[in-house]
Parts: sequence; structure tokens; C-alpha cells
Amino acid sequence: MCLGIPGKIVAISDAVQLLGIVDVGGIQRSVDLSCVAQDFASLDSLIGHWVLVHVGFAMSVIDEAEAQATLAVLTELGQVQEELIAMQEGQS
Amino acid sequence: MKYVDEYRDPTKADKLIKEITRLADTLAEQRGRPVNVMEVCGGHTHSIFRYGIENMLPQSVELIHGPGCPVCVLPIGRVDDCVAIAEDEKAIMTTFGDAMRVPGSKRSLLQAKSLGADVRMVYSPLDALKIARANPDKEIVFFGLGFETTMPSTALTVLKAEAAGIRNFSLFCNHITIIPTIKAVLDSEDFQVDGFLGPGHVSMVIGTRPYDFIAEHYRRPVVISGFEPLDILQSLWMVLKQLDAGHPYIENQYSRVVPEDGNHAALQAISRVFELRPFFEWRGLGSIDHSGVQLNARYAAYDAERKFAVPAVAIADPKACQCGEVLKGIIKPWQCKVYGKACTPQTPMGALMVSSEGACAAYYQYGGGPHQASHDDLVGENAA
Ligand code: SF4
Repeated sequence: MCLGIPGKIVAISDAVQLLGIVDVGGIQRSVDLSCVAQDFASLDSLIGHWVLVHVGFAMSVIDEAEAQATLAVLTELGQVQEELIAMQEGQS
Repeated sequence: MKYVDEYRDPTKADKLIKEITRLADTLAEQRGRPVNVMEVCGGHTHSIFRYGIENMLPQSVELIHGPGCPVCVLPIGRVDDCVAIAEDEKAIMTTFGDAMRVPGSKRSLLQAKSLGADVRMVYSPLDALKIARANPDKEIVFFGLGFETTMPSTALTVLKAEAAGIRNFSLFCNHITIIPTIKAVLDSEDFQVDGFLGPGHVSMVIGTRPYDFIAEHYRRPVVISGFEPLDILQSLWMVLKQLDAGHPYIENQYSRVVPEDGNHAALQAISRVFELRPFFEWRGLGSIDHSGVQLNARYAAYDAERKFAVPAVAIADPKACQCGEVLKGIIKPWQCKVYGKACTPQTPMGALMVSSEGACAAYYQYGGGPHQASHDDLVGENAA
């Protein structure tokens, strides 16, 4: 019950009721956006953002920069560096 | 899925475990016992068991599974009240799945349902509003429970009911607050916890500042942690680093989700509809001052405890049940006398056996327990 799940806002379905459609691992469901709308100039600008969904409510916009920073600390621990380089090389 | 897979990378876990072992060994040697770190949140307990994190850790660090599973701490008297409401002919009781199985003094909600009460599982409190719209001749009750994580969703649902003029909806409110709970645990006797993994999703609502007193007054580090295996390992490592440096403070490992100030809209919804109860009864922990909320006078019309007659009798936990000691980390789940015998997930006696976020059910389900006796014995002696 206390575990939220990350999903991506794909549409605004009811601007008055602050409802949107969130894609959670391929499943789309209606999610209340009341708690995340505050920091955005318009509801539409929420589309494309990742949010943490909890019992039908988007509770937090996942901060991409912070997510990267946390991963960077883990990466700095070493070892994976080589793997990352290999991955990048593999992509180019 | 984005921001999930990255936090499950086994090579990174190996490196973290090496660092954790190095620090924990030193700290344990200084203390003459393992370093005890409590995860407050049931969501963490669930992740720790699901990913087998305990088995990855050295013996020099011990995870204590704290009181943060809201289903588990619900007292018997409240379950009885909820069953009484559900059994009222005009009621449809709605709630989350886990809450249906919590044992009352006579029966759980699930048992009441099998006897004919209209009890429905919902994913979101908003689903309860839908049921209310579809059943105008019935009284729909949402059995709301949880810490500050789920409190805003309940509060917003009440506000939406009011805005839409829905009158046949009410809340049986069992929401609890995290700070008085942590304080009660910190003040309890026999408490030997060196640091905390702070609850990630409660904190995304309340922010990081409410924990300041834990570092300032109780001199314990708190690292607010995410729920993926690497989040938990990284946070544990951060707690140990703080202990090693001897300078406790509140750190935020889960900054991708937890803003320092919390969520303004969520906090506003909470303060609009709820007020603190003078005290709230907890299973296993007894009564804790200001640890629960109820609807305030303005929203009294949505209070199920006013709409329905409830017995409101406090009922003591069964004698053999040692949930309180487990919650405080004094004993391990399998050291409870009834663990795995009279108390199993199929026939839970204590609430810690009900939800997969409860320590006893998690141990039982993921195969922890007596076969790890050599490791746990060591700790059992220390804790005694
Ligand atoms: S085994 Fe059952 S009674 Fe004992 S502490 Fe766990 S949940 Fe409570």
C-alpha cells in the first residue's frame, strides 16, 4: 500500500477535475494530478513528465537531475565505469 | 521502466556491500555488538525481504524492522468498529486489500464479507466515490488508513466529495502520523537503534525538516531512502558513514522524489480536512499522543464514526502476541512464541503477519527465520 509506482503522464483527461492519464509499465490509468499541478504553469506542460503514483494520485514529479545525481554517486563507487564505457561504445 | 532498472544493478550492489561491510565491521567492533539500523517504513521492510537484502549484509549490521506498516499497527478495537459499520445494512465498506485481512476480536472485514457484509476492495479512495455515485441509496464508507503518504489522497477525496455534493460518502479515518511514532519508539526502553532509514514516501509529503529533532536531540542519523535495492543499500551506507564521522544529520538519498519542503498541495489538503486526535491506540505499542488524525468539525458530515454507531471499545492484544516487541526491534519475528505456529499469514494472530509490509509476514513469506539461527541468535542475545 505504501509503495508507489513511477509512471509517465501521457494526457490530460479532465482539466477541471485535474485528472490525467498515466502510463505505468504499459498500463494506462486515470490519475489525479492535484498534488503535482502546483509547480507547472499549465496542466499540459505536465505531459511527458514522470511521476510517482500512489493509490490513484500522482504524488511527486520525479526529478530527472536528482535521479541522475543519485546514480552518479553509485557510479562513482567505481567498477561500473568500464561497463558504462562499453555500453556507450556499443551504442555509437 | 525508467528509474527502476538503474537502481537494481547487481555490480553496483556488490561495491556498496563491500563499503558497508568495511564501515560496519569497524563500528560493530567499537560497540561490541552489531550496528542496528531501523527502517521505519513498511515499504522498506517489503523491499528488504523481496530482494533478500538482509542476506547480502555482513553480521556486523542488523536491520530492525520498525512500526511503519499502517495495516500492522491497527488495533483490534478499530477493526471491530470497522466490521460493525460494514455489517450495517445500508453500508458499503471500501478499502485497500491488506486492510481486509487484519484480525478483529471476532472477525476481519474479509470474514464479515463472507458472512454477507458488502465489503469492496478498491485501488484508490476515488474508486469509493465512484461507488457512491452509482449507489445513491447506500452509504459508502472508505476505511482510510496509512501515514502521511496516503493522507493527502483521502483528504482530496473528501474535498472532491464535498465539491461534487456527494452526501452518501464518509470516511472511517485511521490515518496516523509518523513523527510522534518515531518519537515514541526512540523513547521506549531497551531501544538500541543507532540510525534510521527514513520513510521515502511519507517524506515526499512532509519534507525532510520534521526529522531534524532526531539528529539534534537524539543524536541519530536519518537517511531518507528510496525503495529500490540500490537505494536501500546506498542509504544504509550513508547512515554508516554518518555514524563513522560521529556527526548525525538528516540526509536525503531519495531526492529524485522527496523535495526538502515536502508537497505543498498535499499538506494543504491534509490541514483543510484533518485535525490531530489527542491520542491514538496502536497495536503492539499502546496509546501514542497526537499520533492519529480525524476529520475536523467542518468536515464532520463525512465522518463515518458520526454517521454510524460504533462500539469504540479498546481491546487488548492477545497475550501470546509479541508484535510490540518485534515492532521495537527487541525480538526478531521468529522469536515470537506463536510465529509460524498459531500465527501464520493464513491465520494471522498479530497484524505483523497480515501485510507483506509487516515484518512477520515478510520473514515467513521470503524464508527468513530459524534456519538463519546462527546469525539471529547472536543478535537475539545482544538484544535481550
Ligand atoms: S508472530 Fe504473529 S503474534 Fe508474533 S509478533 Fe509476529 S504477528 Fe505478532
